[in-house]
Amino acid sequence: MDLGAIDCDSARRTRACGRRLGRLLQPGDVVGLEGPLGAGKTLFVAGAAEGLGIEAGYRVASPTFTLINEYPGRLPIVHVDLYRLEDHAEMHEIGVLDYLGGAGVCLVEWFERLAGAQLPDHLRVTIEVQGDHARCLRLSASGPRSSALGRQWLAACAPRRRSGVARP
Amino acid sequence: MRVLAIESSCDETAAAVLDDGVTIRANVVASQIAVHSPYGGVVPELASRHHLRNIVPVVQQALDEARCSLAQLDGIAVTQGPGLVGALLVGVQLAKALAYVHHLPLIGINHLEGHLCAARLTAAGPPPPERHLALLVSGGHTALFGVERFGVYRLLGTTRDDAAGEAFDKVAKLLGLGYPGGPIIERTAMTGDARAIRLPRPLPRRDALDFSFSGLKTAVANHVRAQGTLSLEQRADLCASFQQAVSDVLVRKTIAAARLQRFDAIVACGGVLANQAIRRALDAAAGERGLALFTPPLALCTDNAAMIAAAGTLRLRAGERHGLDLNPQARLPLCRT
Repeated sequence: MDLGAIDCDSARRTRACGRRLGRLLQPGDVVGLEGPLGAGKTLFVAGAAEGLGIEAGYRVASPTFTLINEYPGRLPIVHVDLYRLEDHAEMHEIGVLDYLGGAGVCLVEWFERLAGAQLPDHLRVTIEVQGDHARCLRLSASGPRSSALGRQWLAACAPRRRSGVARP
Repeated sequence: MRVLAIESSCDETAAAVLDDGVTIRANVVASQIAVHSPYGGVVPELASRHHLRNIVPVVQQALDEARCSLAQLDGIAVTQGPGLVGALLVGVQLAKALAYVHHLPLIGINHLEGHLCAARLTAAGPPPPERHLALLVSGGHTALFGVERFGVYRLLGTTRDDAAGEAFDKVAKLLGLGYPGGPIIERTAMTGDARAIRLPRPLPRRDALDFSFSGLKTAVANHVRAQGTLSLEQRADLCASFQQAVSDVLVRKTIAAARLQRFDAIVACGGVLANQAIRRALDAAAGERGLALFTPPLALCTDNAAMIAAAGTLRLRAGERHGLDLNPQARLPLCRT
């Protein structure tokens, strides 16, 4: 279900948007991130991790090579990157799917690679590249929890005055 | 002391036999690149399966080349981590089985320490001094370590987002050039003009020794999007400009670290050092400032088992041993910040 979109005119805003989402996340939440190379998926996760109170000394870095990074925070943060994986059999083998919906919060890059798999309720964030730094975050929810989360997040990013496109 | 080493942390299944920590009697690497290339990256499950298929023949070939039997070994070293657990497990299990059956001392080695030891295996010239600055640049890692002596490391800086080798792979993918990205970009860059396209030199905070390559990747993506289809010439220019940007950042941070931490010797290692342009740039910059630069031979820059044997020999000599409860670890930091 489409929930709406958030426009970000800079990398800083994309990160700030992530931070606002991070503050709202609860145990078991799954956030799927989609968008081309260089869209800002890892940057967004870095923001979300700040919102989740990532412990000092830990830093969000690309899990492309390691596949899964875990960071301690207000909730355990599981940062998954499916860039190097092609099909579900491989994801089952290495246990990526076992993390989803666990005690922590899962943020999954290249989420589209899970298409067709049985997934728990998840919020999907598609990052569209609109300019060198401008991005549009499109939100869609797959169930009640992700709808509520998505709406809360849209409201948190909405402008204080005047209606129009939500901005973080 | 004769050590057999096994390495299977990522793409490569490798085994080596090393005498006295310096003389390579055999160094076998079963490259899996042909298996991975259709996917544009390493596929872990494929990696584990191929390690499983390759490992015994690779170890056998190393022993054959070294003209040595298992009975003639003094110890076994194996990569314990970091890496893909499924892949690491294949090497660790075989190492444990061999150590158990042949009553050999066993030592698990940090893959990163292995890379840092590769420069000790230079055939020509003296080994690097005990105290040195180490730049490690590979597909999964980009870091500067202060090495006080073997085994005593300080992390001075690391990447904030993508590793340098990862940036090469992703830029190659953006340009539709294939995998692995490093050699393809280097080759494509040869006919290009490194000043043709202005790309950022991401240097997070002047005084900090961290790296960042994600912004550079995004700049390349933006350029490709703006240009549409690139001609061969434009692709060459973009590759050359990208390679120059990575090189500039690596050189600046390394030289800054050497100055700030008062090192007069630098060891540069890891797969990205297979790139000749980056090697030359580091060499020139170090030379200008009177710093001694040590780089492993090309074959020892990328993942191999000889470097694991080098580190293993030093640890075994110091009396260190692991029991048969040795387990692989996906995350295994070399040191704390």
